[in-house]
Amino acid sequence: MDAILLQTLNGLDKGSAYALIALGLTLIFGTLGVVNFAHGALFMLGAFCAVTVSKLLTLSFETVDPTRVDFLGNPLKVKTAYVESWFGPEFGGALIDWAVPLSILFAIPVMIGIGYVVERGLIKHFYKRPHADQILVTFGLAIVLQEVVKYFFGANPIPTPAPDAFKGSFDFGALIGMEANAIIYPYWRMVYFFFAAVIIGAVFAFLQFTTFGMVVRAGMADRETVGLLGINIDKKFTIMFGIAAAVAGLAGAMYAPINSPNYHMGMDFLVLSFVVVVVGGMGSLPGAVLAGFMLGILESFASMNAIKSLLPGIDQIIIYVVAIIILLTRPRGLMGRKGVMED
Amino acid sequence: MLGLEKKDVTLLAVVALLAFAAPFILNPFPEGSEMAQFNAGYPDLMQRFVIFGIFAIGYNILFGLTGYLSFGHAAFLGVGSYSAVWMFKLLSMNVIPAIILSIIVAGLFSLVIGFVSLRRSGIYFSILTLAFAQMSFNLAYSVLTPITNGETGLQLTLNDPRILGASTGADGSIPVTSLFGIEMRSTYEMHAGAWLFQFNAGYYVCAIILVAAFYLAMRIFRSPFGLMLRAVKTNQTRLNYTGLNARPYTLAAFVISGMYAGLAGGLMASMDPLAGADRMQWTASGEVVLMTILGGTGTLLGPVLGAGFIKYFENIFSKINDNVLHGWFAALPDGLEDTLVFIVHPFVGKGWNMTLGLMFMAVVIFLPGGLMEGGQRLAKLFRKKDKPSGDDSEHHPKQAPHVAE
Repeated sequence: MDAILLQTLNGLDKGSAYALIALGLTLIFGTLGVVNFAHGALFMLGAFCAVTVSKLLTLSFETVDPTRVDFLGNPLKVKTAYVESWFGPEFGGALIDWAVPLSILFAIPVMIGIGYVVERGLIKHFYKRPHADQILVTFGLAIVLQEVVKYFFGANPIPTPAPDAFKGSFDFGALIGMEANAIIYPYWRMVYFFFAAVIIGAVFAFLQFTTFGMVVRAGMADRETVGLLGINIDKKFTIMFGIAAAVAGLAGAMYAPINSPNYHMGMDFLVLSFVVVVVGGMGSLPGAVLAGFMLGILESFASMNAIKSLLPGIDQIIIYVVAIIILLTRPRGLMGRKGVMED
Repeated sequence: MLGLEKKDVTLLAVVALLAFAAPFILNPFPEGSEMAQFNAGYPDLMQRFVIFGIFAIGYNILFGLTGYLSFGHAAFLGVGSYSAVWMFKLLSMNVIPAIILSIIVAGLFSLVIGFVSLRRSGIYFSILTLAFAQMSFNLAYSVLTPITNGETGLQLTLNDPRILGASTGADGSIPVTSLFGIEMRSTYEMHAGAWLFQFNAGYYVCAIILVAAFYLAMRIFRSPFGLMLRAVKTNQTRLNYTGLNARPYTLAAFVISGMYAGLAGGLMASMDPLAGADRMQWTASGEVVLMTILGGTGTLLGPVLGAGFIKYFENIFSKINDNVLHGWFAALPDGLEDTLVFIVHPFVGKGWNMTLGLMFMAVVIFLPGGLMEGGQRLAKLFRKKDKPSGDDSEHHPKQAPHVAE
C-alpha cells in the first residue's frame, strides 16, 4: 500500500511538468492550430529565467575586511551581494534564498513577451501552411533558442536551489496517519505539485469564467463564425500563445530546483510532452492534464524494482508503449474531440 | 537507355560523374594554402557526403512522394549499423554480407514499425514513428546491452569468431573491413603540383552504391508505383473513394526508405566498424528531414545536395575558430576587425548548431522548395522570358496539400 502511494507521489512532480507543458501545447494547438515543436524550448527558457534571477540577486562586489585574514595571512576579501548591502543582510539574504519563487514574477512578463514576439514574428505566417512546415520551422526555432541559451549560460547544468525552508524531505506517511518513515517525500516536489495544480486551475478558470476565455473557447470551436461576429480572434489567439508560453515558462522556472537547468532540457521534455498531448487527445485541455499525470505516475511505477525485474527495461519505454497502444485502439486519444486532426 | 528517358540519363550521368570525380572537385585549393581549410576532398568527409546522400534519397521516397513525415528514420540507420558490425564480428570482414544483412534487418524492422504507424497519418504518424524510434534508442541503451553494448557502442574485438575470416589480422591486430581483399581504408594519394588528391577505396564503394541507389530511386519516381505514391500525397481521400487501398503502397514506400536507411547504416559501419545508440536518437532523425527539406522535398537531386551541403558546412564551420577569423579580417582596421570577429563568433566553431537552426528556419520560411527551388528561381531570373514556363514537374513540385489537412 505505502509502496503504491510512494510511487504515485514520485510520479506527481514529473507528471505535473508533463501536464503543464502539454496544457500549453494543447492551448496553442487548439487556438492557432499550430504544432509547436519549440514548446520544450519555452520550458527551458522558463528554467533559465530562474537561473537569471538567482544570478542577478547574487551579483556581488568585493570589499577587503582588514580585521580578518585568510589562511595566507592576506586581508580577507568579503563578497557582499548588492541586494544585501541595499536592503540589509536579513531581507537581502531572504531575497537571495527565495530566488526561485521570486523568478515567477520575472518569468511571467518575460515569457508572455517572448510568446508574443514568436507568434507575431514567426508563427503567424504559418497558419495556412501544412503541419509538416509548422513542425519544421518550430523545430528550427527550438535549435536556435537552445543555442542562444548555450552561448550565454554555457553547456553545463546550473544548480539552482530551492529556498532553505523547502529543502530536505518530510515524512508524508506520518502526516496521514501511517507508520513513521514509510513515505519520505521532498518538500519542493510537493510545492511543485501544488503550484502546477494552481496554474492548471487558473488556466481553466480563466477560460471558463471570463469573457475573454469564453471568446477564446468559441474561437476554438468555430473560428470563422466568431470572426464573422466582428471579433478580432487572431489578436485573442496571439494573447493565448503568450499565456501558453508563460505556462511552459512557469513550469520550467519552478522545475529548476528539481533538475538543474541545462540548455537541452527542453528537448528531453518535448518529445514526451508530445506523446502526452497525443495520448490525451489533440485539442483537449482536460485530456492533456489527465494524460500528463497518468503517464508521469505510470513512469514512476515502471521504475519500481519489482516491475523492472519482471519486465526489464520497461521503465525506459513505458510511455511510448502506452502511447502506441492508445493511438492504435483509441485513435482520438483519451479525450480527443471529434473532427480535430483526423484523417 | 536503362529504362530511362533521355533527360534522366543525363541527370544520372551527371550524378555519377560528380560522385566519381569528387576527389578532384572537392579539392580546388592547393595543399597548405590559406584556403585549404575549405577543401572537402578527404576520405572521411566524402564518405559521409555519400552515405548521408543515400540516407536522404531513401527518406525522400517516403516523405517526398507520400508526404508522410517520419521522425524515426534514424532507428533504421542504427539497426543497419548494428547488424553490419555483428556480421563483421561473426562472419568475416567482407563488407558485402554485412551490407546485405543490414538492408534485410532494417527492412524487416521498418516493416513492423511501418505496419503499425501507417494506420494513422499526419501528426499522429510523426509522433508514432518518433515514439518507436525513441523506444529503440532507449532499449539499445538499457536492456539490449548484450546486443548493442550499451553506452560504449558495439566494437570489434580480437576474440570475435569471424567464421569465414580470421579473428586476428596478420600483425595480431583487429582486421580491417574489406571488399574481397581491397581494404576500405586504403587510399591512393596523387600529388599534382601543389594539389593533393586522395582516392579512397571505401569512398568509391560508397559512390558506386550511391549511383545505384540514385538510379533505383529514379526508377521508382518514374514508375506507376511512384505515381501512386504521389497520388497519396496529393489527395488520399480521393484515392480511397476510387476504391483503392493506399496503405500497401505507403507501407512499401516506408519499407523501401527503411532499407535505404539500413544500407546507409551498413555502409557507415563498413567504413568505420563501430555502432552506437546515439545514431538512433531523434535529433539524428531530424537531421535527415532537414537534409531532404534543404535540398528540395520530392526532387531527385535535392536530398543528395542537401546532405552534402549540411555535412560540408557542419565540417567546415565547426573548424573555424577565433584565430581563423582574425586571419580573415586582418586587413581591416583593428576596431572593425574585433567587432566583426565578435559578431561572427557565435555562429561558427561550437556555434555551428545555431547557424544550422537559422538556416533551417530560413529555408522553411522563404524557400519551401529547398535548394532546388532556389536554383530554379535563379535560373528563371537569368533566362529570357520567351520560353514557355513548361516546368518539369520533377524539379518544381507544386505545393501539394498534406495528407492530414
